[in-house]
Amino acid sequence: METLITLLVGVLVTIAVYLLLSKNMIRVILGTAILSHAIHLLILTMGGLKKGGVPLIQGESGSYTDALPQALILTAIVISFAVTAFLLVLAYRTYKETGSDNLDALRGVNDE
Amino acid sequence: MMNNFLVMPMVAPLVTGIILIFLRSNVLLQRILAMISIVLTAGAGVYILNRIQLDGILRLDFGGWMPPYGILFVADSFATLLVLTSTVVTGIVLLYSFASTARAEEKMFYYPFIFFLLAGVNGSFLTGDIFNLFVCFEVMLLSSYALITLGGRKVQLVESIKYISINVLSSWFFLLAIAYLYGTVGTLNMAHLSVRVAEVGQGPLLTVISLIFLIVFSLKAGLLLYFWLPGSYSAPPTAVAALFGALLTKVGIYAMFRVFTLIFYHEPGVTHTLIAIMAILTMVGGSIGALAFQDIRQIVSYNVIISVGFILIGLVVSTDSAFQGAVYYLIHDMISKALLFLLAGTMIYLTGKSKIAEMSGLIRNYPLIGWLFFITMLAIAGIPPLSGFIGKVLIGQGAIEAKAYVLLGVGFISSIFVLYSLLRIFLNSFWGETIISEDEERPLKRGMAIPVLLLGILTVVLGFGPELLAPYVSDAANTLANPDVYIEAVMNGKD
Amino acid sequence: MEINDVILKTVTKIIVFIILTFGIELFLSGHHEPGGGFIGGLVLSSAFVLLYLVHDIETVHNGIPFDFKKIAAFGVFLAVGSGILSVLFGTKFLGQGSRVFDLPIFGETEISSVIVFEAGVALTVVGVVVTIILSISEDV
Repeated sequence: METLITLLVGVLVTIAVYLLLSKNMIRVILGTAILSHAIHLLILTMGGLKKGGVPLIQGESGSYTDALPQALILTAIVISFAVTAFLLVLAYRTYKETGSDNLDALRGVNDE
Repeated sequence: MMNNFLVMPMVAPLVTGIILIFLRSNVLLQRILAMISIVLTAGAGVYILNRIQLDGILRLDFGGWMPPYGILFVADSFATLLVLTSTVVTGIVLLYSFASTARAEEKMFYYPFIFFLLAGVNGSFLTGDIFNLFVCFEVMLLSSYALITLGGRKVQLVESIKYISINVLSSWFFLLAIAYLYGTVGTLNMAHLSVRVAEVGQGPLLTVISLIFLIVFSLKAGLLLYFWLPGSYSAPPTAVAALFGALLTKVGIYAMFRVFTLIFYHEPGVTHTLIAIMAILTMVGGSIGALAFQDIRQIVSYNVIISVGFILIGLVVSTDSAFQGAVYYLIHDMISKALLFLLAGTMIYLTGKSKIAEMSGLIRNYPLIGWLFFITMLAIAGIPPLSGFIGKVLIGQGAIEAKAYVLLGVGFISSIFVLYSLLRIFLNSFWGETIISEDEERPLKRGMAIPVLLLGILTVVLGFGPELLAPYVSDAANTLANPDVYIEAVMNGKD
Repeated sequence: MEINDVILKTVTKIIVFIILTFGIELFLSGHHEPGGGFIGGLVLSSAFVLLYLVHDIETVHNGIPFDFKKIAAFGVFLAVGSGILSVLFGTKFLGQGSRVFDLPIFGETEISSVIVFEAGVALTVVGVVVTIILSISEDV
């Protein structure tokens, strides 16, 4: 299972890198979003997949799954959510201001 | 015994930022509250520093969860000195922005974001948990994203896209390193990490993980991976650029010192050598950049890069005096880079030009700015008795002790380039024929002159009286040189 | 452009309340079962976003006259404030406690001080999500 998820992470990273290298601003933002999904999956995998019961106090007794990766991922999701949202607003503002969403066309834009 | 006051440097700015959001329309009240909060935070910093002298390293477990399970704040002298300096610098930059920031921006949550930035910076210094470090980094970065776009000029928007993309990427690497580290040693508490890494030995796998951390922090600090820095730092308004130049790269440097003295210090042959090479290349590249450009803001940004390389000599050498020098130099660099950015911004404000060739003879119009620039230049170049001197001497001494002559040579040659690049600004812009006649002259606002003067006084005081800081700095260097002190305080110390 | 969206509007009238109730249920069950402030807040904000999608911004503003930026700020304040409050009670920063109350309708209910922190998180999420949606959509 771990191997499978790791391969999936690899595929996601590949897609994300492809998107990040494109010239279209929206694609770059989608790339960052997919990149963050990949890392969340990786954190989950590194913590070990499904080894015990649900880590809740009233759950069945015995060994529990390590709950820390979930906590880390939740935090990371919140952060990447905020960053992606900010980037979207920014891209929209930039598009309105410059009339272009092509990153090549934005090179060397100066003040006036 | 309760150490709850340890959260003050992070929580006080955070709460202030929130309160300021509600006071959006009342700019005057915002300013007053901002200054009160800065004074309180700085006071907390001084109190913590002195408590550390009495009781050793302090820690606070959030919610009473004992280490290594909970998240915690750890205050040692190194972190607290930087907290204090960044709070003071932020306060002075705030003073400057009272005069320089447009009303409309002040109402667009300018002050709240500055305080969130400060909260993130202070949190990054104080935290004792590597994931919490990531979170504090993100708090700091998110506020910096907002600040860099504030005003919404075209160049800011375009630069901020680059800035945010590169930081998203480096955050991704940070998470990657954390994931691997957690998968390998199963903990995230920095002191506990150090113990675990020492137990299993820093094998090839852990060394690779440490190199991922190196990539992350190099991106943040601008060590070799600095190509995003000059563009982003010259886009935002002066006060924001000064804060960025003074604080953001230093947080990266701090994290590098923490991680490579506390956790990954077993394989200096790989990690420290790599840092040494990167530091040399950074200094060379920074020097070339500082000489190549005509725009003052670009020159100043490249000066930030050179000093990053120089401070990291202290980490590479890792002797007690080198650590002391690095701590002194970090404090000096925060103050003097803020000052340099403010001076450059003031020059641009006064003349409306940003190329050095377009300004001339400013010293006759604005003698105060001119001579302050001169003093800053000497301080940054490390001429005694100004603040850069003591740091440079101690780092140099450490380098000699460790027989790192190449590093030493490059470091001091880069100082000459720093001096030359700033002297070029001084000679071109302040010397020469005065082209602004007295009636065309734009008056220097007092609100801009006072903060700049305050920072200037700070560099001189720091230069003349390093003894003031000596006990704290030597304690900080001691903790850096002996990770056991830190581990002992976190794992077994009373709380 | 007028879209004839009678079905959407009618369904929304019912759905919004179901979503809101579900959001609060998720939020309250967060202590011992899956749930909590973050996902509760996300569900709550999805109800608001649905309202904004179906009706135009002015109509919703008339009905819900809040500044969502301030709601977010208040949420963070609540979360941080609960941490500071625990200091005043003499425990560690962010320390929490819980006690079982005998409430009239619910019977024996355990109420934990975490709920204040969670409420702060939920409000922050609602405020931030709606602010983002609004700032993208405002001048389309």
